[in-house]
Amino acid sequence: MSPMTPDAADALTELHAHDMAGALRAGIVSARELAAAHLARTHRTDQGLHAWLSIDDERALAEADAADARLSAARAAGPDALAALHPMHGVPVALKDLVSIRGGQATAGSRILEGYIAPYDAHITERLRAAGAVILGKTNMDEFAMGSSTEHSAYGPTANPWDLGRVPGGSSGGSAAAVAAFQTPVSIGTDTGGSIRQPASMCGVTGMRPTYGRVSRYGIVAFASSLDQVGPFGRDARDAAALLHAVAGRDERDSTSAPIAVPDDLISLPAGDDEAAGWLRGKRFGIPAEYFPAGMDAGVDARIREAIAALEAAGAVVEPVSLPHTEYALAAYYIVAPAEASSNLARYDGVRFGHSIRGGSDYLSNYLATRGGGFGPEVKRRIMLGTYALSAGYYDAFYLKALKVRTLIKRDFDLLWEQGFDALVAPTAPSVAFKFGAKTADPVEMYLADACTLPVNMAGLPGITTPCGLSDGLPVGLQFIGAPWSEAALFRAARAYEGVTAGAEWRSMRPHDLAALEDPAVPTPAERAARH
Amino acid sequence: MSDTARTTPSTAADAVLERYEAVIGIEIHCQLRTNSKMFCGCSTAYDGAAPNTHNCPVCLGLPGALPVINRQAVEYVIATGLAISAQIPERTQWERKNYFYPDLPKGYQISQYAIPLAANGLLPIETSAGPFVVEITRAHLEEDTAKLVHGEGSGADRTTLVDFNRSGAPLMEVVTEPTIRTGEQARRYAEELQLLLRAIGVSDADMERGQMRVEANVSLRPRGTEPFGTRVEVKNMNSFRSVERAIAYEIERQGHALDNGEPLVMETRGWDDGRQLTYRMRAKETSDDYRYFPEPDLPPLRVDAGWVAAVRASLPELPSARRARYVALGLGSYDAAVITADPTMLTAFDAISAAESAPAKEVANFVTGAHAKALKAGDANAAGTAGASTPAGIAVLLGAIASGTVTRQVGRELLDRHIADGTQAADLLADAGPSPISDDAALLGHIEAVIAANPRAVADYQAGKPVAGFLTGQVMKATGGAADAARVTTLVRERLDREG
Repeated sequence: MSPMTPDAADALTELHAHDMAGALRAGIVSARELAAAHLARTHRTDQGLHAWLSIDDERALAEADAADARLSAARAAGPDALAALHPMHGVPVALKDLVSIRGGQATAGSRILEGYIAPYDAHITERLRAAGAVILGKTNMDEFAMGSSTEHSAYGPTANPWDLGRVPGGSSGGSAAAVAAFQTPVSIGTDTGGSIRQPASMCGVTGMRPTYGRVSRYGIVAFASSLDQVGPFGRDARDAAALLHAVAGRDERDSTSAPIAVPDDLISLPAGDDEAAGWLRGKRFGIPAEYFPAGMDAGVDARIREAIAALEAAGAVVEPVSLPHTEYALAAYYIVAPAEASSNLARYDGVRFGHSIRGGSDYLSNYLATRGGGFGPEVKRRIMLGTYALSAGYYDAFYLKALKVRTLIKRDFDLLWEQGFDALVAPTAPSVAFKFGAKTADPVEMYLADACTLPVNMAGLPGITTPCGLSDGLPVGLQFIGAPWSEAALFRAARAYEGVTAGAEWRSMRPHDLAALEDPAVPTPAERAARH
Repeated sequence: MSDTARTTPSTAADAVLERYEAVIGIEIHCQLRTNSKMFCGCSTAYDGAAPNTHNCPVCLGLPGALPVINRQAVEYVIATGLAISAQIPERTQWERKNYFYPDLPKGYQISQYAIPLAANGLLPIETSAGPFVVEITRAHLEEDTAKLVHGEGSGADRTTLVDFNRSGAPLMEVVTEPTIRTGEQARRYAEELQLLLRAIGVSDADMERGQMRVEANVSLRPRGTEPFGTRVEVKNMNSFRSVERAIAYEIERQGHALDNGEPLVMETRGWDDGRQLTYRMRAKETSDDYRYFPEPDLPPLRVDAGWVAAVRASLPELPSARRARYVALGLGSYDAAVITADPTMLTAFDAISAAESAPAKEVANFVTGAHAKALKAGDANAAGTAGASTPAGIAVLLGAIASGTVTRQVGRELLDRHIADGTQAADLLADAGPSPISDDAALLGHIEAVIAANPRAVADYQAGKPVAGFLTGQVMKATGGAADAARVTTLVRERLDREG
């Protein structure tokens, strides 16, 4: 292969992962060229985006070379060997900075993990290596995944490529923005209350939170253990599905990971739009009234109702349904998640790793100094909330009550699955991406950004968001919520919706500020945020 | 308190207990004999290893690490529960016990709170005042902490190092009801539990090595009253003797304070074995709030009936059953207890008894006496007996002694030879010559002859001189050693006494 021109190389970053897979097998492009092109674009454009907390060119190129070597060997061995390679083989990927990579940082967006080098690989890191994916680096996030805007990162906020004055959503804002800005074709995030779906929605990409237990949490810095799930971002359903396929599956080291087979449907979604759209005929979708609250953006409401109409026009049966306990989900979530977090974050004590203040007169003074300086305000707020909720005398009134509410929320969904619904359709977020600082002063305003996503986490269900148009020039996400282990059906639904809307004008639109990111003098998101 | 009172704590405690009733509850932590730790695959063979060499992300509490339940540890607690007649729940779970300390890497200990693996057990014990049944509230499974090694200096200059080798080792905590009343009961309970845990093979339970850690909660109340007094927790008791002494000391100390109207405070006290007293470690002004909640990283564990049945089927004979069996075989309760308490003795006893060639009492005397001595020189052989011996060979020789086929003295020599070189018992008995003269009439004939030949000795005997041994020797010589020396001595004395 002859060396590529800079323009040709940059064009590689516009490819979908499934296109890369074909090109790699055909020998049209090498994994190294793909990695190099994405690294170059990322270095060139991240000043104004700040989607990344670390980029490891050396490791990425070494992994790409290894992927190329395996490709050559497979090509020599014949078609079966080539076919046996995972669709993610040779494809660049970014990981949220709470995934452990042996020898690499994992800050979880927190000062308290500054300097910590993970001595082991997360299960999904092992799985990605086995699949032959090429890890470019780590993406920005709200500290310990607590937030809905990525403004709570200790390392500064990430911008939204559709409008650099706005947030990308959160907490996996870096992973969402990097995919939207063509810095990587796919990325990994985690979703505890909406942290994949909400930023995917705000950045105009596809994101899925799988069923609780679908992906191992081993090696993922924990926020709330009973709610956390790892999931994929991609610029379309097929790419996100292939990435999920690579990382999903039982892991003996995570007792909550389920011994349930990962469907190969995830890597054989229809390529043709008409074939994909055909899946919708006769499918039965419920539209939960509670997910269309009075205060939601009119533009979001309009896009979602248009999307529902398009599904109906394609042959789906759409029925209004009710999830009556939805209104209690946010309150219950903000008991359960902080309670678990208050315990999960107790290990950051400065004794073994990371940020550490020593020299106090006793253990307690060292703890107070280390944790007082190492955690940001939102993390401290949630540690206090959770500690309070678990305290003697309050446990029954708060934590136990929240668990009961959680059971009721789950039952709301179960009743609908028993009625035979294939999925529920709802907005992913009640608003489009908001401006820096718009919600930082009022934590509850920020928490409401997850109102349409967190009931799904409370019920342990899978949910996917797929772009469904723009409101005020900003992306809106359409959410499909499914029964446990229905990820393949949800991806088919998202792929079908892509097929139905393949000709829509908004489909051809690219994030408005991609050009601005090319400007070497572009302000950083932190500078923009400071102006607000 | 006077020094004299301190030197005899149990006597002083007994005096206090005439006026007050002691309310004692015991908590015992035991390290389980699993190969790997409670929630990770790290080896538990860290005794003597360099610090921080038996670790992984899980037992170091690194970000992203998750626990996996050790099935063997669960079985050990189920086995313990069954051995103390406790109830085993159909479903159990783990909770997080949250507190900050540098030896606790995650900032919480994974323990069991709501549903222990074993509940409502009993352990009968024998005390000098008779039998007593210890009521056991619960036995649950948790993880051990790391070990802190404190350096020199104080305040900000003091360095403390942490060795995480022990971190995450499986621990079983056994908690009694507060129905223990004396230090002796507490000590006997701890001894009996150790014996039980060793018998079923779940823990080495060595107190000095920290494999078994006993803590006592002690309070007093005036006799005849119900409300509990102020409770003091006593730690650092590193032997059974210190358990008894520390509790006796506390009873005496608290009784003295109550008698003098001095206030007692809720506190944790340590036992100082050198000074034979307890000292304040820390006051417990408020009860700790550990914020227990179900461990979200571990799904509840189903303990199905088949699993419990399999564990039950694999239980060996328990010490109480063994003692009862030995008594039924004809042993005294003391011998039964001594042999049951010693794994080498009980192995030898069972092996030799199995041959059914000798009375149990004869076997017991040998096992606790000459055989135990022989074993001090070297380990038991594969069959469980000393040197080159076989259980059947020993049994035959002991049987020969018991039946009088050989004299006790000759028998002992034959046993020594059998142990030394493994010569077959039958060959040894054949070589030992004629059977001893067990017929008193025949012996009396020899005795008459000896007395007739030694008038001087007879005169000396009557003068009160110790010559019976000399005359016995002469009789033994006359029989060519083929007589029981003890019987001859008896007959000689009777004969001489008739003379007078």
